[in-house]
Amino acid sequence: MIQVKDLRKMFGSKVAVDGVTFNVKRGEVLGFLGPNGAGKSTTMRMVTGYFNPTAGSVLVGGVDMLEKPELAKSCLGYLPENAPLYSDMSVVGFLGFTAELRGLYGAAKMKAVDRALDTCFLDSVRNQSVDTLSKGYRHRTCFAQSIIHDPEVLILDEPTDGLDPNQKHEVRNLIKRMGETKAIVFSTHILEEVEAVCSRAIIIDHGKIVADGTPADLKRRAPGADAIHVVIRGFAGSGIRAELEKIIGVEKIEPKSCDDSSFSGRVLSTHKIKPSELALEIAALVSAKSWKLEELHREEGRLDEVFRSITRSDVV
Amino acid sequence: MSSTKNIFAVFKREFFSYFNSPVAYVILVIYLLAVMGFCFFFGGFLSTDDASLTRPFFMWHPWIYMVLAPAVGMKLWSEEHRLGTMELLMTMPISPWQAILGKFFAAAMVWLIALTLTFPIVWTVSYLGEPDSGPILSSYVASYFYAISCLAVTSAVSAFTRSQVICFIISVAICLVLTLLGMQQVVDAIIKSLPASMEDTVRFISYLCFLSHFYDMSKGLLVFRDILYFASVITFCLMITHYAIQSKRA
Repeated sequence: MIQVKDLRKMFGSKVAVDGVTFNVKRGEVLGFLGPNGAGKSTTMRMVTGYFNPTAGSVLVGGVDMLEKPELAKSCLGYLPENAPLYSDMSVVGFLGFTAELRGLYGAAKMKAVDRALDTCFLDSVRNQSVDTLSKGYRHRTCFAQSIIHDPEVLILDEPTDGLDPNQKHEVRNLIKRMGETKAIVFSTHILEEVEAVCSRAIIIDHGKIVADGTPADLKRRAPGADAIHVVIRGFAGSGIRAELEKIIGVEKIEPKSCDDSSFSGRVLSTHKIKPSELALEIAALVSAKSWKLEELHREEGRLDEVFRSITRSDVV
Repeated sequence: MSSTKNIFAVFKREFFSYFNSPVAYVILVIYLLAVMGFCFFFGGFLSTDDASLTRPFFMWHPWIYMVLAPAVGMKLWSEEHRLGTMELLMTMPISPWQAILGKFFAAAMVWLIALTLTFPIVWTVSYLGEPDSGPILSSYVASYFYAISCLAVTSAVSAFTRSQVICFIISVAICLVLTLLGMQQVVDAIIKSLPASMEDTVRFISYLCFLSHFYDMSKGLLVFRDILYFASVITFCLMITHYAIQSKRA
């Protein structure tokens, strides 16, 4: 549904987006991650046709955004960053206006407005002026305009920014539900949101894609992913750490606490042995030595560790 | 067909936004007080032994539009930039031209209402005497073109800035120049202070300004040339608006 190829954007001599390429299929929710100023919003603005790219192409629903912008824009819904709204309109008036710009009139318009109000839980404020709404309601009103025409493609720039935990939960569920039938791209700073909602994630840094995969794939790239976490109780003079080091395939041991009779920490395997096999070896060692195994599990790796390790932070 | 609908949708939003806030009401009241005040107190409407509106009524209009037209038009694009709704509007399936025209027509409609509300003066002059309807009609057309030309200038300026105050000041300054350079006294003063060889250039520049065309039209002649002039000014300003909007997206 979305095909982005070699997208590049320059502001003067500054390169904001540098050769970004990705595709999003129907039924896919793509999380767009990156530090502030990495080029996420600029990329989204080019995909939605707000910015003209310096180079590259964007196809939405098979239609070239540069050649037929109006047709390409008609199949996408967009929630811009900070959810801008016309403050002098009522919620229902604003949604009616966006419905008309989407080519919906009369009964079709009213039906679309009612559906959007219902989906975004806005019915209680439908006649309220936008400038009297709380931030959460403003955000949802702008979200409602993006889905008013039931688009096949949704581009959401930080859709949960400024929402309270309950509202975040509602919006995440909404995205997840809509993601079953639409192609959705959304940017966020909240990494657990990516795990909860996305079927795929892209990490962008300094205008370039630095990682692309499912959240599970990305987590495997975390330093220490697939390590075996163990807590073992032995006897005085057991030398648990030394015994663990003797296991073939152990690359590194990172103790959290270690003394003469106990060990707590991570055991990292080399590529020669699978983490599951290493876990079995450790269990066998504990059994053979008649120690007590209090904990043993395989660490999954965390997205924030992946994020930190592959994005070069400018903050020192 | 859909382009007309898009223009109308933008027009409707923009037009009602004027009347959803005190902006339109305040401007309409000030405008009516100003045109009537100038007409009765400075134009000598009652002391002139002439059932014509050209001198006492219409001659003040350019000076009023110079200030009030930018007040109506200053929010056209500055507000979109400030609120961030520009991004919303430009990612809708409408062309920039449809948005520009919809907004411009909405502001132009405010001036049509304003001019229509001056009808009591026409009714009064018809009651007191037997005015020639030709000059009144052509003066109304001239007055309206003057107002929307100032509006078009403001539209172009507002597309460059997110500050309504800056837009207002710059637009008033441009309208002031375009008005003053059309005044015979100002032109004569400029010609006197410049070498004689510059006279033709100054007169040509003066001819390009609003005021001379306004005077020609308000004499009672709906000259195609003058209408074409105002239409060209409006088109040119709206093209600058389009350029400013597109350049911010480039």
